[in-house]
Parts: sequence; C-alpha cells; structure tokens
Amino acid sequence: MNLKLKIWRQKNAGAKGNFATYRMEDVSPEMSFLEMLDALNKKLVEEDKEPVAFDHDCREGICGSCGMYINGHPHGPVPAVTTCLLSMRYFSDGDTIWVEPWRAKPFPVIKDLIVDRSAFDKIQIAGGFISINAGAAPEANSILAQKKNADAAFDSSICIGCGACVAACKNASAMLFVSAKISQFALLPQGRIEAKERVREMVEKMDELGFGNCSNTGACEAECPKEIKLTNIARLNREYYKAF
Amino acid sequence: MNKILFSSLSKKFVMALAGLFLLFFLPVHLIINLMLLKSNPEPFNRAAHFMATFPVIKIVEVVLLLAIIIHITWGILLQIQNWFARPVGYAGGNKSETSFFSRFTIWTGASVLTFLVLHFFNFYFIKLGFVPGNPDDFYSVAHSLFKVPAYNYIYLTCFALLGLHLYHAFSSAFQTLGLNHRIWTPVVNVIAWVYAIAIPAGFAFISLTLWLFR
Repeated sequence: MNLKLKIWRQKNAGAKGNFATYRMEDVSPEMSFLEMLDALNKKLVEEDKEPVAFDHDCREGICGSCGMYINGHPHGPVPAVTTCLLSMRYFSDGDTIWVEPWRAKPFPVIKDLIVDRSAFDKIQIAGGFISINAGAAPEANSILAQKKNADAAFDSSICIGCGACVAACKNASAMLFVSAKISQFALLPQGRIEAKERVREMVEKMDELGFGNCSNTGACEAECPKEIKLTNIARLNREYYKAF
Repeated sequence: MNKILFSSLSKKFVMALAGLFLLFFLPVHLIINLMLLKSNPEPFNRAAHFMATFPVIKIVEVVLLLAIIIHITWGILLQIQNWFARPVGYAGGNKSETSFFSRFTIWTGASVLTFLVLHFFNFYFIKLGFVPGNPDDFYSVAHSLFKVPAYNYIYLTCFALLGLHLYHAFSSAFQTLGLNHRIWTPVVNVIAWVYAIAIPAGFAFISLTLWLFR
C-alpha cells in the first residue's frame, strides 16, 4: 500500500518543531508500524537526510519504550497494543497517517518522536517500592495473600509505564499510571506496611511534576495497551484518603 | 500537612463532596418550584418564607453557599492546571473513546455559573436586601420572569447544559470518592442518567408551562 506520513520533526528539546510529509510506497501490510518507520529511515539515510528519531527496545510490547501518537490515538487506533505491535494491515492504501510525540508538560520532547519520560521514574522513586532486606529468596507461603488480591495486584503490575494514559488524557493526568503502581502493592500484605507513606509521596510527586488532574473521562483506560482499569484510580483515591 | 490538604486528590475530594451536596439540594429546589404551577401564590410563598427563615435551613444555606463557592473555585483552578499540563495540543486531534459529556464539564459548568449569577440577582439578592424587590412574594417575581421569552431561552438552555454537567458529575463524584463497585457502579450510572434527565426536565416543565400556558 502507498501511504502519506505526516511526522513531527524537532531537532532538539529547545528547537521549534513542525510536521514533515513523507510518501511511503509498497508498504507491506505484514510490517509492524516500527518496521515501516525503519523502512522510512533507511530511505532517508540513503537520500542523505536525517532519519526520524523514535524510542523502541523490545518490540514485543512489554518494555514500554515505543510510544507515538498515531492518528489521534496513543499507540494508534487499535486497542490494547503498543506501537511496536501495531500492524500495518490496520491501515489502507492512500491513508494519511499523523505521527506525533506524547504531548504533556512533564514529558518534554527530546527529539522528533522521543519524549523524556523520566517523570514516571521520579514518581516511582518517590514511593513505588517495598523496603525489604535483600538476601535469599524467602519461603513463598510465609506471608499469605488471597488469590483474588494476588490476581488483581498482578493485573495492575503489568503496567509498562509507556505513558499512553498521560498522552490520551485531555488533562495529561498520570492517575492511571500512579494508581496501577499503588494498587500492585496495596493489594498485597507486603505492600501494606508502607502503604500510607507510599501513596502520599507518589501523589505529591505527581502533582509537583505538573501532570494534570483526573476528571474521570476514561480515555486512559480506553487507550492503555495493557488494559489497566479505572478501578485502580478509585483504589488510589481510597488509599490516599485512608493515608490522612 | 498543607501539601496533603491542597493536593490534587484532596481538592477533587472536597469538590466531589460539595457536588454531591448540591445534587441533594436540586430536587428540594425543584419540589418547591413545582408549587409555582398552582394558581394560588400562598403555598409557594410560604415555602420560600420557610426556607428563608427556619433556623436549621439557615445553617444548610451557609453550607450550600460554601459548597457552591468551593466547587466552582476548585473546579476552575484544577481546570487551569489541566490546561497548563498540555501546552501543545495534537494536530491529529484526540480521538480516544471517552464518556462524551466528560470532555465539556468545565463549559457546561460555566453555563450553570452564568445562570446562577442571573438567578442570584433575580431572587437571592432580593432576599438579602442587595437588590430592590419584595422577598415575600417570589411567586409574582417568578411568574413575571417566566413571561419574558428571552429569560425562558436562557433558562432552558442552561438547564439542558446542567443536565449534561450532572450526568458526568454524578458518577464521577463516586469514582473520585473511591466508591467503585462491581455491582453498584453500574447502578449509580443508571441513576445518574435518570437524575440528569429528570431534574432539568422538571425545571424546564415549569418554565414552559408558565411561559406558554399561563
């Protein structure tokens, strides 16, 4: 298929960016979106032009590195996939595809489609951990956890921190990410010990970094490639009020 | 402690509580307004007088005013922060699937605020003595206002927008308070629909009846 790409180009963090138009011919529907960009970059290099910078690592949908805003959706229009797993078969011959970086004040653009997502790391460092003595692996059944809580904690823990929730939210809120990180600990006995400090510190950091406020629109849940649920945000709210 | 009291979550908590209080107040206001449909002004004026003078109601009135002020102030402040959080928008638009009316809460809220200012000038400020008028005969004040077509246009538009505001606000308040439940959340969402249609429809019915049929 033949495609017209409108891609955000920005030399560096301080430079003014703009959209550049590229035409791609004979794109195979079996390619992933990133493979299509690889093909574009190969073409650009051969033409002695600057390739498009974009983040990627595992290309298996689990590292959370790739993140592009494609045709009005984070990770493109297909639900529950990351950009690396987005297949070109979902596009049609003659399509114009808009490709933009995540847009949020705490995620400044570094270059082209790459944004600095270290704000998420800062929130994690503020409290997204449990303090334990490292050493030999403890006996698995010495601290009992209910199966349903363990399952729910696991469902929250699969958040890959890609930032699609922030990108999708009209307020650039990080509540879904923070709520997933809170929930994965709050539901397990090991996480209860520091639960109050954790939620206070992580919310304080989230506010300090300039993320917007959740207005319960549900865009984050709709766009999350790992299908993290809004129930996590309700749990975060509960945990926060309990921490007073 | 200040950081906790004025964090985004605390502001939203207080806003949700204030909003829920306002949700309780609206049906009470509607029941009193329905007395405007009677040809005898006595019941409505008596109810208005009771609301203005009964000591317990006086306390509720203070809470109500505080709820309105807090809900509006925090709402505007949080929205300004939201705008700052995304200084550059998307050229390809934002096509994420959301609850539709939730995208416009600040604007539907702003229209309700506009109406509230008008409403205060027409009634509440008369009661407080800031604006000339007879506080013992709000029945006649209301009837004369509903004879003015422009007032009805504004009234009906604002109540339609209030309905959109209420639909999102009702269920959103529960989520903000952390009250999410596998069984009860869908029930709350249905009640939100019914409430968001019934309350504005009730007020609109009074407006249309007094405007067109009296």
